[in-house]
Amino acid sequence: MTDPLLVIDHVSKRFPLKATLGDKLTARLSGRRAGGAVHAVTDVSLTVAQGEVVGIVGESGCGKSTLGRIASGIYAPTEGSVMLDGQPIASGREEHVNKLTTRVQMIHQDPFASLNPRMKVGETISEGPRTHGLVPASEVRATTRALLDQVGLEGAYADRFPHQFSGGQRQRIAIARALAMQPDLLVLDEAVASLDVSIQAQVLNLFLDLRRDLGLTALFISHDLSVVRHVCDRVAIMYLGRVVELAPADELYAKPEHPYTQALFTSVPTLGTGRRAFVPIKGEIPSPIDPPPGCAFHPRCPFAGPRCRTEIPRLSDAGANRSVACHLNDGGVEEQGVAA
Amino acid sequence: MTAALDVKGLTTRFDTRAGTVTAVDDVSFSVEPGRIMGLVGESGSGKSVTGFSILGLIDEPGRVTGGQVMVEDTDLRTLSPDALRSMRGRKVSMVFQDPMMTLNPVLRIGDQMAMAVQVHEAMPKAKALERARDALGTVGIPSPEERLAAYPHQLSGGMRQRVAIATALLHGPAVIIADEPTTALDVSIQGQILAEVRRLADETRTAIVWITHDLAVVSSLADDICVMYAGKIVERGTAEEVIGQPRHPYTRGLLDSVPGQHEPGARLPQIPGSTPQLSHLPSGCPFRNRCPRATQVCATLPPFTSIGGHSVLCHHPLEAS
Repeated sequence: MTDPLLVIDHVSKRFPLKATLGDKLTARLSGRRAGGAVHAVTDVSLTVAQGEVVGIVGESGCGKSTLGRIASGIYAPTEGSVMLDGQPIASGREEHVNKLTTRVQMIHQDPFASLNPRMKVGETISEGPRTHGLVPASEVRATTRALLDQVGLEGAYADRFPHQFSGGQRQRIAIARALAMQPDLLVLDEAVASLDVSIQAQVLNLFLDLRRDLGLTALFISHDLSVVRHVCDRVAIMYLGRVVELAPADELYAKPEHPYTQALFTSVPTLGTGRRAFVPIKGEIPSPIDPPPGCAFHPRCPFAGPRCRTEIPRLSDAGANRSVACHLNDGGVEEQGVAA
Repeated sequence: MTAALDVKGLTTRFDTRAGTVTAVDDVSFSVEPGRIMGLVGESGSGKSVTGFSILGLIDEPGRVTGGQVMVEDTDLRTLSPDALRSMRGRKVSMVFQDPMMTLNPVLRIGDQMAMAVQVHEAMPKAKALERARDALGTVGIPSPEERLAAYPHQLSGGMRQRVAIATALLHGPAVIIADEPTTALDVSIQGQILAEVRRLADETRTAIVWITHDLAVVSSLADDICVMYAGKIVERGTAEEVIGQPRHPYTRGLLDSVPGQHEPGARLPQIPGSTPQLSHLPSGCPFRNRCPRATQVCATLPPFTSIGGHSVLCHHPLEAS
């Protein structure tokens, strides 16, 4: 088997909180260090093979977008490494930007915010390739038109401005801009979340077509379980900064193993389930500034035992290419005594 | 049973530079006590403007130009501004999408809820706070006594939306109009709120109009569904009928484009074109230039016809499958 294209290896990202004057005073008086940190991503390992689409699913604050930005080289991880094709991804402006950064392209959620309103669409699409010398100046116009055509828009639209387009069309333009860099990896961060359902179907179809024609490799970040089911090969479920379950999409949706995955599936209303056919998860998502000890899901988990309150479950093999981070799959939820 | 809310021929127009557009076009529906009516549509379909029009909350350049809004035995459209204000929050309340916009950020939860009580009923503050506390308990907020002293920023998004719903419930209204109230929330929190709302409708017999773009939400929450397109209700019926046996080609297309019910990786059925601009609607049926069943007759507006227990605005409704 060839090496995976993207290897995320034990990556963590913490954002230090700016200490307020009050915090500093208390810290000085009590002799402790000021300021905490948001634990956005903690110890995540994930690979994406060439031609594979991996979904990352979770609720707000679970770290899915941070992980996407780390994979794109926008954020440098606090710990761990990200390798693309065996080489480390240049991180933001901290190291001099090398050609590798251009090999990962992101598509963002809001096509009203991600396109420069004062640039013609054609300029937006061709800016990257021109800057990095991917396309000779004489061919820029033709390739831009070809890209527009590829995403289902007319070539003549290159001379228009973003405000002349609808949300769905703008998202097509954002896709064309990403493809213009001939990326090895696409990171789509909630790329269809802001679109109406009929337009969302059109953009998902475009993505499926492009995937088939170009053999795209992608990280597909979304909170929408049914969208992820439709386009992804493998799916990682995240909760409070950690991957709690990782499995091929078919198997995950057929039989979710982690209690959080199970709860997520049952609390989402689906078409035609009928009245009251969903069971909500109790409690709220804890703060990533002060995550609960042990398993982060234990305060909301119906199966939690004493071990879950103290010991962090590791993501471990659960057979059939599936990994689960839960003590239920790893010796039980009781305190691990001498017997273990 | 008499309806808690009966809307007939409601029409709202906006004067724009491109001319007058009809955002709500001859909309009629009724909701009985204890029932939840899902008003579904995509962006620009007029579903939110319908909600605002019912409460008389349309500002210039818009105006409600026709129709009747009966709440119990009163037509809200005939009331003076003062009389209408005394109905709002008492007989009809509204819950908005963003609870941070609804709640006053510099007032404690208890203070603003007590104010909402006292504006309609003269009573001592202590008694108003008691009513507020009970309402918070009703929507499943743990330790409501303590929450009364909290400021909105100290609560999570889900808790804030519960406070907004509790505030809407303070006077035991006949009707609550909820405009995308769970859209900004995470799915696990949305699930909790949907379950509470269903229970509230059953227990308090409040009629609820639930405005949303999310078909999956209405299919598991609502008793009845109205589908809106370009300002018009195009299909109306019970949730089972509209979701299970859609008759309007637009409803069918909308349901089909939801992923998750198709073979993974297969192309999704899609509605061609994009949602129309109200200033550039085709004559007759507004959906006809995107509709696979359209014929010449569609250039005239179809009548609302009743088939198989629900009503459709279409010349060529789909057969029962």
